[in-house]
Amino acid sequence: MAAPDLALKDTTEASPLHTISVFVADRPGVLVRVALVFARRGYNIESLVVSPAAEGGFSRMTITSSGDPETLGQIIQQLGKLVDVIKAVDHTGDSAYEAEIALIKIECDLDQRTEILQVAEHYGAKVVDYASESLMLRVFGASEKLDACVALLRPYGIVELVRSGKILMARGQKRT
Amino acid sequence: MADSQEALPTGAEVLIRCFEEQGVEHIFGLSGGAAIPVFDALVDSSIELILTRHEQGATHMADGYARATGKPGIVLVTSGPGATNTVTGLLTALMDSAPMIVLTGQTLCENLGYDAFQEADVTGITYPVVKHSYMVRDSADIPRIVKEAFHIATTGRPGPVLIDLPKDITQGPCEAPDRVEMNLPGYTVPGRAAAADLDLAAELIAQSRKPILYVGNGAVIAGAGKAVMELAEKLRAPMVNTLLGKGAADETHPLHLGMLGMHGTAYANKAVDGCDLIMAIGARWDDRITGDVKAFCPTATKIHIDVDPSEFNKIMPMDATLCGDAKLVIEDLLERVSPLDTEEWLWQCNEWRERYPLKYPKKGGLRAQHVLDRLDALTAGNSIVTSDVGQHQMWAAQFCRTREGRRWITSGGAGTMGFGFPAAIGAKMARPNEEVWAVVGDGGFQMTLCELSTAAVHGVAAKVLVINNNFLGMVRQWQELFFENRLSGVDLEGNPDFVKLAEAYGVKGIRIRRPGDVDRKLQEARDHDGPVVVVAEVVKEDNVFPMIPAGAPLSHMIIEPPKERLEKPSGST
Repeated sequence: MAAPDLALKDTTEASPLHTISVFVADRPGVLVRVALVFARRGYNIESLVVSPAAEGGFSRMTITSSGDPETLGQIIQQLGKLVDVIKAVDHTGDSAYEAEIALIKIECDLDQRTEILQVAEHYGAKVVDYASESLMLRVFGASEKLDACVALLRPYGIVELVRSGKILMARGQKRT
Repeated sequence: MADSQEALPTGAEVLIRCFEEQGVEHIFGLSGGAAIPVFDALVDSSIELILTRHEQGATHMADGYARATGKPGIVLVTSGPGATNTVTGLLTALMDSAPMIVLTGQTLCENLGYDAFQEADVTGITYPVVKHSYMVRDSADIPRIVKEAFHIATTGRPGPVLIDLPKDITQGPCEAPDRVEMNLPGYTVPGRAAAADLDLAAELIAQSRKPILYVGNGAVIAGAGKAVMELAEKLRAPMVNTLLGKGAADETHPLHLGMLGMHGTAYANKAVDGCDLIMAIGARWDDRITGDVKAFCPTATKIHIDVDPSEFNKIMPMDATLCGDAKLVIEDLLERVSPLDTEEWLWQCNEWRERYPLKYPKKGGLRAQHVLDRLDALTAGNSIVTSDVGQHQMWAAQFCRTREGRRWITSGGAGTMGFGFPAAIGAKMARPNEEVWAVVGDGGFQMTLCELSTAAVHGVAAKVLVINNNFLGMVRQWQELFFENRLSGVDLEGNPDFVKLAEAYGVKGIRIRRPGDVDRKLQEARDHDGPVVVVAEVVKEDNVFPMIPAGAPLSHMIIEPPKERLEKPSGST
């Protein structure tokens, strides 16, 4: 696991990623309102996952974004100001369980398959489509693990990559 | 089923009934196809419709109405261009926290997104300029949405709320529920500040020898003026106010140093620059105030009272923040503070006040400052003054001293030219027994002067004072001072004769040319029972001083007209 960990640090030190959980009322336009708060400050949303919350009529957004903590703090305050936002929390550094899923399609000939499958096995990736000219892998786990897996597979010729974006939940009694 | 539907009111009728129940007496608007059902419902309503000549005018009237009363101003327009013409008014209200509800017509639900005639994605266009917005897709939601809109517009930090109304919703039958509950799980209104924050603030205040209270619009909105003055008196601390905070505390109070900031009084700015503690009361450390943020009171203790916590630490870090209603927070703070030893500090502030008074040349033609100085003297602060944006606005802010909140109405944050005159119409409709003056420039007045018709038709006796220098004067001042007098896009040569123009609208026109005529002509306007336009033909190339160039520290304040050319300012606009 040592090599993938190093690979991960290289990518994150340049622009630290923050994970923000936004609990919102499920109303028309709420996604646009949230996105506009980021856009106005020139912040790029790296990934965004929206899904229904446990409570009916509410949704959970998990947003990853890079940038300096002061501005991000301001963005979170402004998210909290939106009428449809119940809560916005930056979970960076918190004790939380994080997960993401990726689908990776690789065009490869037969000689490369063994190596690819070795990498896949190391990351617990499952082959979900086995075609004559290509493989589709499904890998899931922490986003950093996915980064590392993708980095190792890249030389074999990734033709398509779809990632779900990070989701997160606070551990223990703490609420997300 | 058909029979029961015929008995039902339309969505528009339910909508208007909800507004009546909220106590609405006036709606400012301009009709159009998609809004006809709502205008139709107004025919049988107790609500008076003020038909404006442009939708922007309707928004500023509603804004002036709101700022004069604290009640939300209501706007009703049609879809497409009717709705997009409200965008400037929405921004103006949002930036200055004015409560407003804008109703926009919309095409039929089934046509949404099909580029139907006069269709515009109005909620989409207006997201950044509203506090909140709705598109009604089920007419049964109308009562809840109206109730929520009033609550959101008027509470916490007030602001504009937009309700987009597809025509089939307003035209069709509406089965409104009997009981209406708001459903706003994400919206809370701060009240009192946390005890620990109050204790910390009181502790910091106790250590101060050179305190200053920096009073903003939040104090006006909360009606905190009396509490602010009580606090100033108890602490023996001087007060300054922002452009929008004018009147929260009486500007003629002995502890009041007037307006701070870019064109504030020299003594207010010197006091801010020299203080050891500055406490913002409903003010947001705006760039017109702070200039160079790094050099703004770098060693002073900073305390911030605001109902909107997203303003805390936005511009600079605070030593204490108190989230809540300004009036309640100060009342709680009053119980925790004791008088401070500020004798030397007050002596110093008064010395600055005597050494650097506001002044203007008494010779060389008619001066805007002189006209405004006399308006202040004649009305003795008992009028409501609205202004447009530019030189005349700053002179009015300097010379029209405001004694209580909601008597000074201006576009501060957005700096919207064309605001002053329609805002005065709205203020006069809201408080018909008050004398209302709109101080405007010749540039801004021309942006919304079509509303002279509105004033004339409804007999709204707002008085307009046009400070006419045939220039976009503030930009000309910048070009003179910072751009080697290379004038570009500022000459309003070819202005109409505003007196004749007023008369063409059936409004009385009065011209002032000579300083000696000022009192008599202003009095003539005051005595006139009806709308009136007073045109002061002032010297063309006068400048507003004091001035702190944008982005500069307070110590770079220009008090007297400079002899040499100045560096271009680093700050915006």
